[in-house]
Amino acid sequence: MVENRTFGDRLAYLILTIGVLILAFPVYLTFVASTWDAATIINGQMPLYPGPFFAENYYRTLFIGTAGTTREPVINMMINSFVMAMAIALGKIFISVLSAYAVVYYRFPFRMAAFWLIFLTLMLPVEVRIFPTFKVVADIGFLDTYQGLAVPLIASATGTLLFRQFFMTIPDELLEASKIDGAGPFRFFKDTVLPLSMTTVAALFVIQFIYGWNQYLWPLLITTKDSMQTIVIGIKKMIVTADALTEWQLAMTTAVLAMLPPVAVVILMQRLFVKGLVDQEK
Amino acid sequence: MNKTATFKGYLIPALLLAPQLAITLVFFYWPASQAVWQSFLVQDAFGTSTEFVWFENYKELFSKPDYYKALWNTLVFSTLVTSFSLSIALLLAVMADRQIRGYQVYTTLLIWPYAVAPAIAGVLWMFMFNPSLGIMAKGLRSVGYDWNPLLNGNQAMALVVMAAVWKQISYNFLFFLAGLQAIPKSVIEAATIDGARPMRRFWTIIFPLLSPTTFFLLVVNVVYVFFDTFGIIDTITGGGPSKATETLVYKVYSDGKGGADLGGSAAQSVILLFIVICLTAIQFRYIERKVTY
Repeated sequence: MVENRTFGDRLAYLILTIGVLILAFPVYLTFVASTWDAATIINGQMPLYPGPFFAENYYRTLFIGTAGTTREPVINMMINSFVMAMAIALGKIFISVLSAYAVVYYRFPFRMAAFWLIFLTLMLPVEVRIFPTFKVVADIGFLDTYQGLAVPLIASATGTLLFRQFFMTIPDELLEASKIDGAGPFRFFKDTVLPLSMTTVAALFVIQFIYGWNQYLWPLLITTKDSMQTIVIGIKKMIVTADALTEWQLAMTTAVLAMLPPVAVVILMQRLFVKGLVDQEK
Repeated sequence: MNKTATFKGYLIPALLLAPQLAITLVFFYWPASQAVWQSFLVQDAFGTSTEFVWFENYKELFSKPDYYKALWNTLVFSTLVTSFSLSIALLLAVMADRQIRGYQVYTTLLIWPYAVAPAIAGVLWMFMFNPSLGIMAKGLRSVGYDWNPLLNGNQAMALVVMAAVWKQISYNFLFFLAGLQAIPKSVIEAATIDGARPMRRFWTIIFPLLSPTTFFLLVVNVVYVFFDTFGIIDTITGGGPSKATETLVYKVYSDGKGGADLGGSAAQSVILLFIVICLTAIQFRYIERKVTY
């Protein structure tokens, strides 16, 4: 570049720093609230620095729970969220790897029909068909179960499309070579396709784990028992309309705990996260 | 598009496809068809008898001001969220694209809000702007602004928009940054040598070259506003005050909750379904165009 870049660079630092601070501020404030006591917050006198109640608040939230409506220790909610997120992520990878393998490596009647049947589900977000789906799950007897939380959400076109697209880039010569070596469909899948797909699998896992952990409307409808609550639902129930009854310090502690796992996943696996996000939209 | 080397057989592919197809049929197509069917039915108050009424539910929907209000809210909401989150993200991405030292650290610090659940984002913003204890509400009042989103519909909408924008910036930032980094540096250098100043370079070269990304993000953001913001609205306002923040999706939920108006709710679902299909079709055309580049 031929220009003097100093001014522009300073401007860039300034704008980026402001951006980072604005994005971080709500979370910082939530963290601060999780280290004060209820009275300080309710008065609207909460300082902008952490207080002395960190250990107490986190201990009470995790292992005892709020006094109000939910009562459930948040550690249990986190376990529910974790099971749900893992089931959705792994389930989705499992069924979509299989279906993509069939669509790409086999020629059979109705192949394109099957593909379109899966592809069209891109257009059916759960919010659109929420009550009929609820009814189906209720009829099967999946209310208040992990299956009910996860199974309806694991079928969607994104995974299948992602793997299909990746399989198409695997050179045909590899399959021909495997065939000459006498490998059948299972060995080719296990020894060639799966090892090559590991990055795609990991990237999809990161995205789907976040997706599963953050689910709101679906668990809100199909869980009625406190013991089946996920953490994202739990926090909503802690905040009661009458402000005075809300134990804000515990609700904010729960919010921090609810953000921690998915945010950690994004930061620690940034490369995979970016790959998963960008690939999914190709 | 098709592999030349494949395996033979029907049973194995059928078994491989079975899990996905079974789940898709049971939890996607069956409920979706139920929604269409229900939208033609009316149930009496006790749920004892149902009657097939053709388009009565739709007619009733479009005769109520409620539905137009939700439509209007959705329009306002998506316009505001999309334009703010896209422009802020573009500004940040252009700055990060200057390859200044530490820009990767900035990238990390800008993308994490993607991982925050919409419902949690709602709780965060509600806490900041809660009229009785929120720190921002206190600030607004101290400068003499009468802030109460629990009573004032426009303020409630503003709050929901802020939370939704806050959460969407990271996603848009990531795609804009990727788009910017794909623009060949030689093009920009050539313009610089020709004497084009940074602003001019941006509007005449970078922005037009970025338009496929922008268009793609536009569609994705509209879909985000329609569906993924449910959690934000539910935790911040619950659609209130007096339905000022009730969007189309939120109305499907609140009308159908407790089986109050299943037919009407189903009719709304079907209309939403139609909107999603249109949006997907637009996106699909974009993908096709990108391929022919």
